[in-house]
Amino acid sequence: MREIILEIDGREVKAREGMTVLEAALAAGIRIPTLCYHEKLEPFGSCRLCTVEIEIKGWKKLVAACVYPVEPGLMVRTRTEKVDRIRKMIVELYLAHAPDSFVLEELEREYGADRNRFAKEASFCIHCGLCVRYCAEVKQKHAVGFVDRGTRKEICFVPEIAARECWNCKECFPLCPTEALQAAYVLCTALSHK
Amino acid sequence: MDNERIDQIIARHHGQASSLIQVLLEIQSEHHWLPQRVLARVAEKLAVPLTRIQHIATFYKAFSLVPKGRHRVNVCMGTACHVRGAARILDTLQELTGIRPGETDLDLKYSLETVNCLGCCALGPVLEIDGKTHGKMTTAETADVLKHYN
Amino acid sequence: MSQINSPLELETFRARILAARDSAKTSITLCSGSACLASGSAEVAVALKHEIEALGLNERVELRRTGCHGYCERGPIIICNPEGICYFRIKPEDVPEVVSKTLRDKQIVERLLYTEPGTGEKIIHEEEIPFYKHQQRLVFGDNVKLDPKSIDDYLAVGGYAALAKALSTMSGSDVLEEIKKSSLRGRGGGGFPAGRKWEGSRDAPEPIKYVIVNADEGDPGAYMDRSLLEGNPHCILEGLALGAYAVGAREGYIYVRQEYPLAVANVLLAIEKAEAYGFLGENILGSDFSFKVIVHQGAGAFVCGESTALMTALEGRVGEPRPKYIRSNIKGLWNRPSVLNNVETWANVPLIINRGADWFRQYGTESSKGTKIFSLVGKITNTGLVEVPMGMTLRDIIFKIGGGIPGNKRFKAVQTGGPSGGCIPESLLDLEVGFDELAKVGSMMGSGGMIVMDEDTCMVDVARYFIEFLTDESCGKCVPCREGLRQMVKILTNITQGKGKEGDLELLQELSETAKEAALCALGQSAPNPFLSTLRYFRDEYEAHIAEKRCPALSCKALIAFYIDPEKCQACGSCRRKCPAEAISGGKNQIHVIDQDKCTKCGTCLEVCPSRFAAVTRISGVPVPAPLPEAERSITRKAKSDA
Repeated sequence: MREIILEIDGREVKAREGMTVLEAALAAGIRIPTLCYHEKLEPFGSCRLCTVEIEIKGWKKLVAACVYPVEPGLMVRTRTEKVDRIRKMIVELYLAHAPDSFVLEELEREYGADRNRFAKEASFCIHCGLCVRYCAEVKQKHAVGFVDRGTRKEICFVPEIAARECWNCKECFPLCPTEALQAAYVLCTALSHK
Repeated sequence: MDNERIDQIIARHHGQASSLIQVLLEIQSEHHWLPQRVLARVAEKLAVPLTRIQHIATFYKAFSLVPKGRHRVNVCMGTACHVRGAARILDTLQELTGIRPGETDLDLKYSLETVNCLGCCALGPVLEIDGKTHGKMTTAETADVLKHYN
Repeated sequence: MSQINSPLELETFRARILAARDSAKTSITLCSGSACLASGSAEVAVALKHEIEALGLNERVELRRTGCHGYCERGPIIICNPEGICYFRIKPEDVPEVVSKTLRDKQIVERLLYTEPGTGEKIIHEEEIPFYKHQQRLVFGDNVKLDPKSIDDYLAVGGYAALAKALSTMSGSDVLEEIKKSSLRGRGGGGFPAGRKWEGSRDAPEPIKYVIVNADEGDPGAYMDRSLLEGNPHCILEGLALGAYAVGAREGYIYVRQEYPLAVANVLLAIEKAEAYGFLGENILGSDFSFKVIVHQGAGAFVCGESTALMTALEGRVGEPRPKYIRSNIKGLWNRPSVLNNVETWANVPLIINRGADWFRQYGTESSKGTKIFSLVGKITNTGLVEVPMGMTLRDIIFKIGGGIPGNKRFKAVQTGGPSGGCIPESLLDLEVGFDELAKVGSMMGSGGMIVMDEDTCMVDVARYFIEFLTDESCGKCVPCREGLRQMVKILTNITQGKGKEGDLELLQELSETAKEAALCALGQSAPNPFLSTLRYFRDEYEAHIAEKRCPALSCKALIAFYIDPEKCQACGSCRRKCPAEAISGGKNQIHVIDQDKCTKCGTCLEVCPSRFAAVTRISGVPVPAPLPEAERSITRKAKSDA
């Protein structure tokens, strides 16, 4: 694995080929906000909070740090006016669904987000996919999955598998940023209770 | 649909997981909907997690997890039809059938759907019922056309 | 049928087919594309067969059912050969006359000919009809000549000659170089140079590669790919085989949406026949090139037209796009180099190899070579599919070919590029069509949808429509698209319902920026375009909706009222009888009045009021005048001398 040198926020950072910008930043102790990222899981690219500005060969653009591969000569800026504006907007969009999430409240403070910008649609689940992906990739039980698409997307437990596996596991519960997961599990067990 | 038929369809696609969508399309086309036990059988035979099949069966509009009505009423909402007033035709149909797009009435008589572009833009606004195309629809005619389908 | 094992055998076989065909023989071509089928072409076919048999003409007359001719407004279409007489809007009742008078007695049936609106001039031949005259049908032209279910028909027009030429006299690199030289740009939306995409795959170290046809044509209002795939499937197969040869692939996929059953059937049949003749399979035409094609159907998701989502769907998963930081021509299907191109792009390939890149480059403009097939639909007189050289102006396409706006209405805008594109106003009608020219004005070429809008179209509603469409089709993975578009739809819907407020436009612009910059895929990134382009050119409409609660186009239901002008109403009673809400009161010689509380704004009264009275009007932004007191509603009929 050859070594790649890139620049993040003016600092020289050493990384290995195959790493993503986010991984390189984490290794160098540089903070980039994330929500749907977990070091045990394949990057998902859903929350877009890790959006950063990159510049290569004079071209500037915004990319998601969790999936963008490092390359030699890359210059990364983790905070710019535009990046901050976008992160603020993303947090505001999330807050419409889960205003009481601790994770979101922290980000709300940091980016000056207005939790009342959008009308509340208290559906709680913010589709970060951490539960689904953890159960599929780490536990390999596939007890919970996504259904439907777009604004109708939801998480859904498979009752037969959940009945067998979840009571003694529950490793995904602490991952959920909004505790929607716990609610979904309780609903599922309640519905399948004979 | 019995397990034998399901297995036949799967065998025709060489039991490959990548043909999952093709298998479900064939089952949907024959059976008109996808019961839960059919999904479970496909999951077993193709060795894919049920969550993946559930996601596919709900992600793609071609599949239905509930039985469909005798008459499929499809309103084209493509841009050309929209510009020629398709939204009004849809409103009229909703009033006449009492259901919204994606729904089936309780008698299992009508299933109402919106579709995006049937490719007959010259005939817009277009209504397709049981595969038959009715072009140049007006709100005034909609009730008359629907009456033909009992 | 034994396989054709060399280019020489192919030419011999082709010569035999041509020798057996008599171009002087009487024949009738019937358009059987999906649109004409919807207009009754299947019934016409039955009538034709019956009538030809009844008159004992089976030996003398050949019936050929072809794919789409393009002039969909006037279908079903038939052409009587060898004279080339075109008849339009044929019904089964017209068939006996056509067969006896024209096919047998060689006389023309005047009433079925094309009639020029305005002058009433009758035109017999296709080349002289304005709709066809101004087109350049390099790709689409063959549709008229062949039955898509017949491979011999394709051979008769020179089919598979390009493949034979390439396999026997060119290397894969030579084919690639020719495509690069032609400057062919993708016809599906991105307009990316095809040659460069192919080269990336060819040079990639991974030995297993794929070529893919994107036939998921999802842009509403666009159906060019459908007509190509239905009408001339072999052309796409040949182009795909050439691409595979150029890139080093042995396997090809055609991803076609299941909403196109005729296209699926015709392409499956074409593959079967091509395999039987040896144009697909092992050692094609005696070379060491082997290639097979597999068809996959879509299952109803617009997002699967996006290339990475399409590949994910081919792998049997949900169509969620992947970030394109590593291009799919390097890591695509199954993480292998995959060349994905649109149907029309592949259809151009045999042409370029047959006639050469230099020949191709004579058409089009500096940056956009060749022709483009557009679906010209909406508020237009001649709805249909048109193929024009790049560089023709929008004005020429819409007015010379399209015949302008029907009903004496004024042109307002033309929307190009589907839900990722934008609206172009009247002031820019002299724009020369091309990839970069359209992008410069805030729209894009897209797959070729061209939706014409007139004075009755509300541009705020157009933006709402497209973004609502995309919200429904969004895969839902990333926040800027799933959540951002959802909020945009809410705000736009509020505006069309008279609930718009100060600050809405700024919020919409911020949401647009978030989607454009941070969305995961092109669907989300280009979703704000319809809003941004209508805001750029029609800002006054947005402001009228928000500040004055007025819809200038008199379209948004919540902002209009239907009103019967008491000066014009002649109490014919049509509206009262037809009103589904029973909201109109009136009687003989009594001015009719609409009860605004009962009115559902369905528009039926406006449709049925006779045009000589034109008494039903729409009002917006001002209160509806109070109805006349009952006593004053009698109509005194105008004397004939006053009228």
